[in-house]
Amino acid sequence: MSGSELFSIALGAILINNFIFSRFLGICPFLGVSKKVETATGMGMAVIFVITVASAATYVLNEFILVPLELEYMQTVAFILVIASLVQFVEMVLMKLMPALYQALGIYLPLITTNCAVLGVALLNVQNDYNFVESVLFGFTAAVGFTLAIILLASIRERLEFADEPECFKGFPIVLITSGLLAIAFMGFQGLSIF
Amino acid sequence: MKGIVKQFKEGLLTNNPVFVQFLGMCSTMAISINIQNALGMGLAATAVLICSNAVISLLRKVIPAKVRIASYIVIVAGFVTAIDLLMQAYLPDLSESLGVFIPLIVVNCIILARAEAFASKNKVLPSAIDGLTMGLGFTFALLIMSTIREILGSGTLAGVQVMPDGYEPVMLLILPAGGFLTLGCLVALFQKIMKRRG
Repeated sequence: MSGSELFSIALGAILINNFIFSRFLGICPFLGVSKKVETATGMGMAVIFVITVASAATYVLNEFILVPLELEYMQTVAFILVIASLVQFVEMVLMKLMPALYQALGIYLPLITTNCAVLGVALLNVQNDYNFVESVLFGFTAAVGFTLAIILLASIRERLEFADEPECFKGFPIVLITSGLLAIAFMGFQGLSIF
Repeated sequence: MKGIVKQFKEGLLTNNPVFVQFLGMCSTMAISINIQNALGMGLAATAVLICSNAVISLLRKVIPAKVRIASYIVIVAGFVTAIDLLMQAYLPDLSESLGVFIPLIVVNCIILARAEAFASKNKVLPSAIDGLTMGLGFTFALLIMSTIREILGSGTLAGVQVMPDGYEPVMLLILPAGGFLTLGCLVALFQKIMKRRG
């Protein structure tokens, strides 16, 4: 494992195969919590933390418990349990230390459990046969990509408040169209394979 | 009987999980590039929905309120694992092309939302029917999305060529960006129709 391999994982997860714009993981919070830049940033940070810790925890769980016991088919169930307890933990910490952010995230905080990006990272790590360092790096950078995407969309949506869109596009559809345009922009990174 | 008809109408149209409740977006956009995928995904999710709704409804008096979400997820994960293994055994091609999105049915918000909003408050039979109707609503949305994207994006329908030879496929539609754009236009259309009908 060399530095360039790690760099290529990181670049791939943040830009080329961005979790939102090319893998379609984590769309629900992406569309739900992107009304304001502030909450979007908070959500991004919480997701970065949860995904990074979750990819470390699920790697250890898979490598030292599930594989030796030949219980690989229990992956989905075991991973989701780990993730659910992690999110519960983050919720308690935030409530204690950052009550303002806790209020702002509201219902979306417990919903990180059902953010498919979290379980998606854990499953993709296993599928790609990443080792511990690669798993954690992949998780961390994928979450950075998610944060980048959600902050971008939130900044556009703040401007969109003043736009005069057609009646039937008001609300959700225009957000989808905006994300579509962002995804087209992100397609520009596709040619960026260096190795 | 009247209740069942009403439930079907809600699941398919007035309360459609994708077009009205905006749930289950990830899998909707990711796998709706051809009809086979859409049908496979829709039916797999429907099966999980029916089973999980029924079991959660059965256990609704046993599960303590505080740990209910975690309990629901474990129940759902159990069924998803069963479906995943069944598909790997009997439909290996479909399972291959849906990839990571089969285990990700666990975190499909439709399932958890129906468990929380319906199954935890209603009897077993209506809950199972709710699972069926919501699942069919999801399948319906997936089919519409994938029909549009497959015909325009690759000129085929269920793998059979339907457009004339000279047709130049709109590549954009089968790329990720096309998912967002198609769904955006569909939801706008849906809102317009709903508004007109009051």
